[in-house]
Amino acid sequence: MSKDKRPNPEEIVKYFKDEFKTKIKHINIKKRPAGIKKKETYTIWMKIDKSIFKDIIKHLCNLQFPHLAVASGNDLGKTIELIYHFTLNSGKRMEEINLNISVELPKSKPEIETICDWIPGALITEREKMEMLGVKVIGIPDDSRCFIPYDFPEGVYPWRRDETGPEKFYKNLHEVKK
Amino acid sequence: MKQKSTTKTTYQIPVGPIHPALKEPVHFEFEIDGERIVNANVKLGHVHRAVEWASRKRNPIQILYLAERICGICSFCHPGAFALSVEDAGDIEIPDRAEYLRVIHAELERICSHLLWAGVAAHEIGFDTVLYLTWQVREKALDLTEYLTGNRVTKAIMTIGGVRRDITDDMLPRVREDLEYFKKAFLKLKKAFLDDKTVKMRAQNVGILTKEDAIKLCAVGPTTRASGVKKDVRVDTSYFAYGDLDLDYITPDIITGSVNGDVYDRIIVRLLEVKQAVELIEQCLDIMPKGDIVSEPKLAKLLNQLKKIEGEGIGRMEAPRGEVYHYVKMDGNEAPFTWKVRAPTYSNILPWIPMLKGEQIADIPIVAASTDPCMSCTNRVGIVKDKDSYELTKEELHKLSIEKTRRLKL
Repeated sequence: MSKDKRPNPEEIVKYFKDEFKTKIKHINIKKRPAGIKKKETYTIWMKIDKSIFKDIIKHLCNLQFPHLAVASGNDLGKTIELIYHFTLNSGKRMEEINLNISVELPKSKPEIETICDWIPGALITEREKMEMLGVKVIGIPDDSRCFIPYDFPEGVYPWRRDETGPEKFYKNLHEVKK
Repeated sequence: MKQKSTTKTTYQIPVGPIHPALKEPVHFEFEIDGERIVNANVKLGHVHRAVEWASRKRNPIQILYLAERICGICSFCHPGAFALSVEDAGDIEIPDRAEYLRVIHAELERICSHLLWAGVAAHEIGFDTVLYLTWQVREKALDLTEYLTGNRVTKAIMTIGGVRRDITDDMLPRVREDLEYFKKAFLKLKKAFLDDKTVKMRAQNVGILTKEDAIKLCAVGPTTRASGVKKDVRVDTSYFAYGDLDLDYITPDIITGSVNGDVYDRIIVRLLEVKQAVELIEQCLDIMPKGDIVSEPKLAKLLNQLKKIEGEGIGRMEAPRGEVYHYVKMDGNEAPFTWKVRAPTYSNILPWIPMLKGEQIADIPIVAASTDPCMSCTNRVGIVKDKDSYELTKEELHKLSIEKTRRLKL
């Protein structure tokens, strides 16, 4: 597929399915209508295997340079889920497609490759994932902290829900006794 | 912070966190060669308030008001995007009239925000008469906001499944009258900003962001449109009633015929968007259908419905500064499992660096202000704990609080 093509949601799903087959664990297209004319916006949710993550981003950039909105993260207990929220096809009336790529990392080895070499705008969001979720981003150009102060202790990750979470730093002001 | 190795000819100056350009804290580190900026580094996180963490103990309706307090200027956009994401996760249908009312409030907020920015930008280059002129117009926009919602800043108008207050027929004459005022004021402001020689001298060919950089660094909003990238959530996707309305991308070539991606172009885009916002409100008033304004008016019933949602949703809307992106994961509990907020300034931080490189020190304020940054939007997550410098214990805080109450009573 050429770089200038503006694929529709079905074509995007087919493109990734043909290329990666069973490595894509789950994929679906969601439509959401709005307004009186009920025009629809398409969102693709895709769950992939960690091993093909970098390859998927490469294929995505070859299809069309995507806009990376942000990466969000969930602590799911045994794994950490990262969801990269992309948008494609902007620039024409109502043609934009949301593409959410979800990848799960084992907590024992929460490592993922950087995508800054393909999408330089991913730097801030990758730094945020490092400090907030304790994910190691391999090959990131700048691994310094972004939002958390420098005197914040190492090994505490505010978005985690386990023992590395921020619980011990809470100050419950309502517990003040006279 | 990493110390950059400097040669003999360059030196470093820190600017901020209390910054002359912004009324909010952000820290810049500039590497300077004479008058020229060679490199820039941005440090964020001075106003973290752990908003996303706070959401873990609240239900979606309570989060709406928390979201409203992320930023005073975007007090419609954040709850708006949050409501969109919950509605997406739970497949909640919105009444048609509510979709139009949401557009009206979003566009009114855009007018307020762009006028505020225009005033600040004029102030940055020492043009304070224009600051007073723009803020006089903005005052009118705030009065209209108060008339429609009951509040000037935190509007509390958004709810999940619709809006909380209707615009009744007897309110329309006042709204139309104010829209006419904005149109006239727009012509005045356009002349003050775009035809003025000094503004041109200060803004043209300063702080250039090329189209390639804007795409690569994932810039959003007027910042990216001023560089010629056609990207606007209102046009690109269908949310609220924008799918029914007639609108197009605003790029600076509409006026100048070419795209430079400089500060001047960003002024053009924002000014034209004020006009566009007025026109969109007019369109909405003309074709808005009658009917319900909220899908489920009974709050207890709505909360019960929200409690059952299991799934993920995203909410995107075009805030005055660009795309706001919210992600919500609901797991059948009262509070959402995850809520991620991505404010537009988050995406517009990296574009600052190519904009500032090669500029003069005196241009820092206007270039930094030209993306209309909103630091309190961007810095939300995290827990601030000063280890060595000072630490307020809960008892001390409590004592301070009591002392203040006593002072007020005197």
